[in-house]
Amino acid sequence: MSDNSTFEIEINGVTLEAHPDEMVIQVADRNGINIPRFCYHEKLSIAANCRMCLVEVEKAPKPLPACATPVMEGMKVYTDSPLARGAQKGTMEFLLINHPLDCPICDQGGECELQDVAMGYGGDVSSYTEGKRVVMDKNLGPLIATEMTRCIHCTRCVRFGQEIAGLREMGAVGRGEHTLIGTYIEQAISSEMSGNIIDVCPVGALTAKPSRYSARAWELNQSNSVAAHDCVGSNINIHTFRDQVNRVVPLDNEHINECWLSDRDRFSYEGLMHQDRLGEPAVLDHGEWTRQDWQIALARTAEILQTAVAEHGEDQVGILVSPNATLEEMYLLFRIADHLGISNIDHRLRQTDFSDQDNAPVSPSLGVAIAELDEQNAVLMIGSNICKEQPIIAHRLRKASLNGASIMSLNMRDYDTHFEQDEKLLGCPSGVINHLAAVTRAVLELNNQQAPSDLSDILAHNEPGDEHKRIATKLMDAEQGSVILGVQAISHPHYSVLEVLATQLAETAGVTLGYLTDGANTAGACQAGILPHRKTAGEDRADPGMDAGQMLSGTLKAYVLFNLEPEYDCWNAEQTIKVLTAAEHVVCLTPYVTDTMRGYADVLLPVTPYTETSGTFVNIEGNWQSFQGAVSAHAESRPGWKVLRVLGNLLDLSACDYMSSEQVREELASHVIDVAAGKPPVDRVPVKLFDQPDAGLQRLTGISIYGVDNITRRADSLQKTPVAQDQMIRINSKLAGKMQLRDMDRVFVKQANNRIRMELVIDDGVPDQCVWIPGGTEHTAQLGDLFGDIELEAD
Amino acid sequence: MSSEQQKRFGNVLTAPVCAEIDKWVANYPPEQKQSAVMSALRIMQEENGGWLTNELMDAVAYYLDMPRIAVYEVATFYSMYEHQPVGQNKICICNSISCMLNGSGKLLDYLQENLGVSLGEVTKDGKFSIKEVECLGACVGAPAAMIGKQYYEHLTPEILDKILQDLD
Repeated sequence: MSDNSTFEIEINGVTLEAHPDEMVIQVADRNGINIPRFCYHEKLSIAANCRMCLVEVEKAPKPLPACATPVMEGMKVYTDSPLARGAQKGTMEFLLINHPLDCPICDQGGECELQDVAMGYGGDVSSYTEGKRVVMDKNLGPLIATEMTRCIHCTRCVRFGQEIAGLREMGAVGRGEHTLIGTYIEQAISSEMSGNIIDVCPVGALTAKPSRYSARAWELNQSNSVAAHDCVGSNINIHTFRDQVNRVVPLDNEHINECWLSDRDRFSYEGLMHQDRLGEPAVLDHGEWTRQDWQIALARTAEILQTAVAEHGEDQVGILVSPNATLEEMYLLFRIADHLGISNIDHRLRQTDFSDQDNAPVSPSLGVAIAELDEQNAVLMIGSNICKEQPIIAHRLRKASLNGASIMSLNMRDYDTHFEQDEKLLGCPSGVINHLAAVTRAVLELNNQQAPSDLSDILAHNEPGDEHKRIATKLMDAEQGSVILGVQAISHPHYSVLEVLATQLAETAGVTLGYLTDGANTAGACQAGILPHRKTAGEDRADPGMDAGQMLSGTLKAYVLFNLEPEYDCWNAEQTIKVLTAAEHVVCLTPYVTDTMRGYADVLLPVTPYTETSGTFVNIEGNWQSFQGAVSAHAESRPGWKVLRVLGNLLDLSACDYMSSEQVREELASHVIDVAAGKPPVDRVPVKLFDQPDAGLQRLTGISIYGVDNITRRADSLQKTPVAQDQMIRINSKLAGKMQLRDMDRVFVKQANNRIRMELVIDDGVPDQCVWIPGGTEHTAQLGDLFGDIELEAD
Repeated sequence: MSSEQQKRFGNVLTAPVCAEIDKWVANYPPEQKQSAVMSALRIMQEENGGWLTNELMDAVAYYLDMPRIAVYEVATFYSMYEHQPVGQNKICICNSISCMLNGSGKLLDYLQENLGVSLGEVTKDGKFSIKEVECLGACVGAPAAMIGKQYYEHLTPEILDKILQDLD
């Protein structure tokens, strides 16, 4: 608040403290005095168009709307005087004139603000006997159901679009009695935060389509949990009905997601009960899959691991863990691996350049608290499609941008954002490195500093242009600034170089260096020791094992896969499947099973997704957020930590008699004391020059917003959204002209040994000689490296 | 204009149309060019024979850098924007209190019968369409009508008939 001075006002005879720039309703809310309202929402601008919050103010000739009446010293407000009550009752009657009162068939019934307020403040009978207005519904896409006849024109959804989502798609068209809230032309709402309009709608006009007509609000049980699809760790409430997840809604947490939730976190639950769910443990026996008891399947798993280690050595076993696994699962996997002497263990599945891993932070972090992003003055995002990858972080950056911050990006594709970008640098993979070198050099020059010797070549090679100097100046001038390495930077074929340069840049400019990682628990994986070069809490391994890339480049004897589908989740889909198929043994601990998985696995152990287990995710701030299971485990599947505990016992792992996941967490917590302190720097990787343009076409990949993990990929409604349906490759008009291709042409994409047919879009936001391809989709699960050489052929 | 936009709006955002809109844009501070939305819609409507299509409204949104829905809101709020084809002569009969008391209802009945079309329809020859509008601000000359850009006052069916014949 800008002004810290306070004065006193009186509401209903009680003296209360108020700040000069507050409205009456804010003071009342803070002190638990209930004023009915529909259009007022604390996160949205004030519209004062529903008139429900009319109150009596002394010396005012008529009732005033509490949401739009600024407080004044000595003001006396009455919220339930006869005048106020009469005004509220009258307003309620007006609001109900056109409302259909179809509560018995309305999904909002039981959790409806209109219902509640009508009960509390309305009359018993309406004086209105004429016909009611009927509004034809518009289809807003697969996520949001509409029943616009119920709309009371509060315009919260309109303001949400304009102010929060930054994408004004809803509006009030027409006039007077004929006013309608809608999109005017039929179109799906495209914001990745669109589901929030369901929450802000005070009536049943906008409801959740996937859970429509499935349960009544009062039949649902509620469990607090943490969203499992990005590194933000949005807080959620899981609503369950008859031991099934019925829907997911946000849980207010001002430090993380406020009252918002991304559509991915809200609607991904639909994937939980997909037909691919693995119900029982299964073992491959002489080429036949047979259902087995847990005991036999786990004994077989222990035998595979022990035999592989005994006969071929510890370095012939590889363990790959999804960055969405819980902290407890990760720690137990670490303990089992450590016990067997296996150091080939990794969670960095979409990364390929690990050469500077010894300089990586013990736990990747945003560098600032998520809420502090609002107050940044300058942010440079490197390799990030922020709105699709971490929608809540994008929302914070949008707030910063509206506060006047300069948000800048360095990307391999010009991604749309719902906020202004002050500067955009665009380049192919090597171009991005050169841009970053130029910005780093500009910052060093502004600081009159010499280039560090190991960077002198690459810096000398990259003369800063005006745009680089502008970015450098903005970062230098920022009181609070950040350089953020995003998911696509981490997947970059020369990530180590980007990291070296970004570290140098942040250090010289005096701003923080942050990471926005893949998955929900990458920070947890690093802290738990799911790394080949480090143990728990970042302790160096004496003898580093193979990283994910090495494990999947040549075949090992045995693999353990935890909660992942390698053809979608790994750097090189085609190669990974080949390697796994050639391996002697593959054990999959997985919630889902596919034919591909049956093709390479020997043992399938059904573990539960996050809704059916207790656990902890560490978000990108380093916040340990624990949750309980919301529903029982499906069929014979079991929480991962329990399965691993029993496996640990079978392998004679000492002190592995945990009674709860909390015990596992507490034990890990006792090791992880101060991961933020970091490690002493070691020599950086040598940085070579990137002065030769890449010879052929280069593949660029952005993982599709709804293709990030096994649950999301099975969420039906999300898959039906236009953004998930967009499976087209993108090339710029220069390349299209050269190859004589047109928009929507079909082309063959050739990579590795595969050739797939895809549609193309001409997009001048893609750099020259590059082909942008969505990742994590069925099509591209047959291709090779996420970045690298690729060929296009006209159909 | 990017190639995509060029393809989409090039044929409606012609040079003279843009020049005309630019005159209005120049009346406002550069960061508030959306203030010209009403004029831009009017220019587009005149250019298109008196009515707006979604494409024309989208073109205005693109040209003034506004969300499309914000243009739809304006274009559906004001009654002088048409969303269906109209006749060469759009006959707007005032239906508000003074005109109503002075017989605007009779004028409407007469027109509908005489032209053989109802409100909102266009005569087969494309010459006329009839519309009811809110107060024209000409109470002193009630009942009043606006045909094209011209006001006509103290109307009776006979006078109206003569006016239509003259327009023919």
